[in-house]
Amino acid sequence: MSEVKLFFGPQHPGMHGNASVHLYVEGDTVKKARLVPGMLHRGFEKSMENHTWMGNVALIPRVCVAEPDINEMVFAQGVEAIAEIDIPERAHYIRMIIMEMTRILAHMMSLGAISSPTGLYTVNHWMQADRNDMMDIFEEITGHRVYHMYIVPGGVRRELPPGIEKRILDYFTEFERRIPEYQALVFENPTILARLKDNILLPAEVVWELGVTGIGMRSAVGKPYDVRKVTPYARYDQVEFEVPVATYSDAYTRSIFKVIEIKESIRIIRQAFDMMPGGKVNVKMAAGNALKWTVPKGQTYSAVESARGEFGYYIVSDGKTQPYRIAVRGASFPQGFLGVERYMPGVRLDDAPLWYDTMGVCTPEIDR
Amino acid sequence: MEIKKDLFSPLKAWKYAFKTPVSFPMEDIKDRPRESQDNARGFHINDLSKCIGCGACAEICPTEAIVMVKRKDLEEKEGEHPERPTMDYGRCCFCAMCVDICTSGSLKMSKAYVLNTPDPQKLYVMPEESFPAPGGDILGYDKTPESDLLDLKRAEMPAVAGAQAKKSFVEILKGYSMEQARAEAARCIGCEICVKTCPANMHIPEYIDAVWQGDLAEGLAQMYKTNPLPGICGSICTHKCETVCAIGKRGEPVAIRWLKRYIVDNAPEAMYEEVLMAPVSKPGQGRVAVVGGGAAGLSASYYLRTMGYQVDLYEAKPLVGGVARYGVPAYRLPDERLNKDVELLEKIGVKFLVNTKVGQDITLDALHDQYDAVFLASGLPQSRALKLENGDHPDVRYAMPFLAAARDYQRGAGEMPDVAEKAVVIGGGNVAFDVARTILRLQQKKYGHSHVSLVSLETRDILPADLEEIEEGEAEGLRCHCGFGPQGIELFQGKIRGLNTVKCLSVFDEKRNFCPVFDPEQKGMIEGSQVYVAVGQMNEHTYFTPEHLERIALKGGKVQVDDWGQVKGAPWLFAGGDIVHGPDMIHGIADGHKAARGIDVYLQSRSETA
Repeated sequence: MSEVKLFFGPQHPGMHGNASVHLYVEGDTVKKARLVPGMLHRGFEKSMENHTWMGNVALIPRVCVAEPDINEMVFAQGVEAIAEIDIPERAHYIRMIIMEMTRILAHMMSLGAISSPTGLYTVNHWMQADRNDMMDIFEEITGHRVYHMYIVPGGVRRELPPGIEKRILDYFTEFERRIPEYQALVFENPTILARLKDNILLPAEVVWELGVTGIGMRSAVGKPYDVRKVTPYARYDQVEFEVPVATYSDAYTRSIFKVIEIKESIRIIRQAFDMMPGGKVNVKMAAGNALKWTVPKGQTYSAVESARGEFGYYIVSDGKTQPYRIAVRGASFPQGFLGVERYMPGVRLDDAPLWYDTMGVCTPEIDR
Repeated sequence: MEIKKDLFSPLKAWKYAFKTPVSFPMEDIKDRPRESQDNARGFHINDLSKCIGCGACAEICPTEAIVMVKRKDLEEKEGEHPERPTMDYGRCCFCAMCVDICTSGSLKMSKAYVLNTPDPQKLYVMPEESFPAPGGDILGYDKTPESDLLDLKRAEMPAVAGAQAKKSFVEILKGYSMEQARAEAARCIGCEICVKTCPANMHIPEYIDAVWQGDLAEGLAQMYKTNPLPGICGSICTHKCETVCAIGKRGEPVAIRWLKRYIVDNAPEAMYEEVLMAPVSKPGQGRVAVVGGGAAGLSASYYLRTMGYQVDLYEAKPLVGGVARYGVPAYRLPDERLNKDVELLEKIGVKFLVNTKVGQDITLDALHDQYDAVFLASGLPQSRALKLENGDHPDVRYAMPFLAAARDYQRGAGEMPDVAEKAVVIGGGNVAFDVARTILRLQQKKYGHSHVSLVSLETRDILPADLEEIEEGEAEGLRCHCGFGPQGIELFQGKIRGLNTVKCLSVFDEKRNFCPVFDPEQKGMIEGSQVYVAVGQMNEHTYFTPEHLERIALKGGKVQVDDWGQVKGAPWLFAGGDIVHGPDMIHGIADGHKAARGIDVYLQSRSETA
């Protein structure tokens, strides 16, 4: 049978973001996959060098659309490390709440994305409706639904609005009631299980070879490598949470891990609200007004645990009002760039979107 | 991991088929969109009457979506630019940094977020009080103290404490260190509103930026472009720039004057010479006489000399400097800083002819004969008298002679003026405070304690003196009696017992004209055996002969000149400074600069026609 070349993305309902993958298919088996990067390339890293330290806060969330706050967090942490700024205790807890909420948002997005390749759109509709309520909460806290621009070097941009604690906790109480419904709809559904279970395997060797982190690594090699645990940032060393691990990584394990992580994130948020002290929420990152804020000469690597694994910025400052260089370690770079070419071949054509989704790929952080 | 599998469990989802949908109908999006949350960053709203057009929003905008657009209906006025921000919503990313940095607090965001148009031009919007879209009249995002991107607090100036300060004439303000100066300079947003207000139009944002960059030579060069006396100005300028400073709308204005002083104090001698000598041309253009060695005269001499004129400066007193030398006390402006400015003028070749009073030692006509042009800046050396009962008593003293004597004493050139144990000062301006605080120091030296009362018509909140003068004076133990009018001097056995006062109800009438209203019922007496009058200064036109006065216009004692300082009726004569604009240092410097250019144009055109 002859080989057929198919275009998966940049415009495709199963594609995350605007990546383009050329699939060479024989029958319905993918024989060869080639990622064609650049469809989403906007030159973020270069652009960061042309923005002030504060102006960058408006730019960097775009490096990952589904989970923008990780960018703000690594950037803020890095700048604080170079400039040796101690931020107020309350800001750490607010950041932790924001980070966990955004993790939940990202997981909901990728769980919802199971729907189109498996043919059950209800999942996505539900997930988007629930995300919508959470984004409203974000809008009340930060002013915007998607790009929050809330975590800034020196703390967070402004105090939490009054009454937000109740709104967030009420939301999660309701969401926890919904989790069994999701379970029933997705993870007890024989049609979906048939597509997830024992399908799209991620062997441990691949993890070591490519440097996959996050859920992919934890589900494949059984090691609880989580930046929140190994080098705790914010106040993750003060709260209790579990990191699920397994030694057999199929699409089902990786998906169910997201549900477990959502539950753990809700647990962290509840603890954070209990432990959060009062006081200031930020300190000025430098003297003067934001146009003239400078960061002393220095460099640092700053990392956080994103929904897809270790996400980091390497920041170099030459003491001016703009960064000298910022390099992004996209959490999905290993699996989304190298992994597509090396390990997607062998899956069935209809599983290609599922491969993309469950491996945890966020295209803009590859095409930055 | 145990997996439950049930063909029927997905069907539970059907129960939601009978519930109200949480989604919004698409057709409502344009006219009835879902309401945003509080704090939503929607389209901008701007209180145009509060906005000062500083452009900080355009400066910080990360997407360069904001352009400052000139409004033809707005007048050019002090303290604002007639420009208002216009947003390009094709670029705006709604980060709200413009709101957080807004100096006046006028820019905010509404809850509106739907702008649906096929016309790209409609995406350019100059925000007004409400945005023309659903939710455009509801306030969404506004800054909070913690989200503010401006630095509203000044870097602290090291100073001698009040109780210590009054024991000597040592300068009170110590000057910024490098860190303090850089921190203070970093507060400036470079809006240039101050430049317009400064009479000399100094390049303020440029030299502040130079301080911030640590480039003192550049700062010095920028200052000398419009002001050859930065040392004097850095200490005692009336800093109109700080009054209009955009940061001052919500916080403390940038300490522009102190930053100027920082450059002067810290620039090394060699750098000074290099920067100053650079623009100086060789003499040979012509000869100009300058009458009066005050700020205006010195300023004119510098610029005339750099343009290549030979300059002779006539000064009646033994030292040049004018009020800075013979008025302002040393604790505000020590001689060393003044000398630095003056010596540099001597170095570039300005000739000082001291102890030569024009009108007495040499006539104005003689100057006219000897020189190509004459610049008059003789200042206001006389104190204005006050009509008071027993006002001719010998213990009634006047501000200008007293300050000159006290200043001579401070530099060791004269006797200590005799001050009584208790003294009363009449006046509410900076000169009155100079007098009062000088007396405090002299009393402290002579008697070991001090007792000075200051009586002013104005209440404390509308005193014309600078706030720091008032605060420092009070810290030194000055007794301020604000809101009282002097009535007469009470004598007892030929000596002054005190000043009779009466309550002043208002100083100005509705048209802002000086018209004090007193309440004769509320009388009082303030004790003191000397009374010092500091209610203003007067000029001394002894050099004008009756022939001059036929041609030269004087209005309220002020010489009438055109925009270039040329005296109407005498083209060879230029005038500036206090005799034209009333007492103000920086106006004098600006006048000197203007007149120098005027003289240049006058002499060039004369030589062309000749």
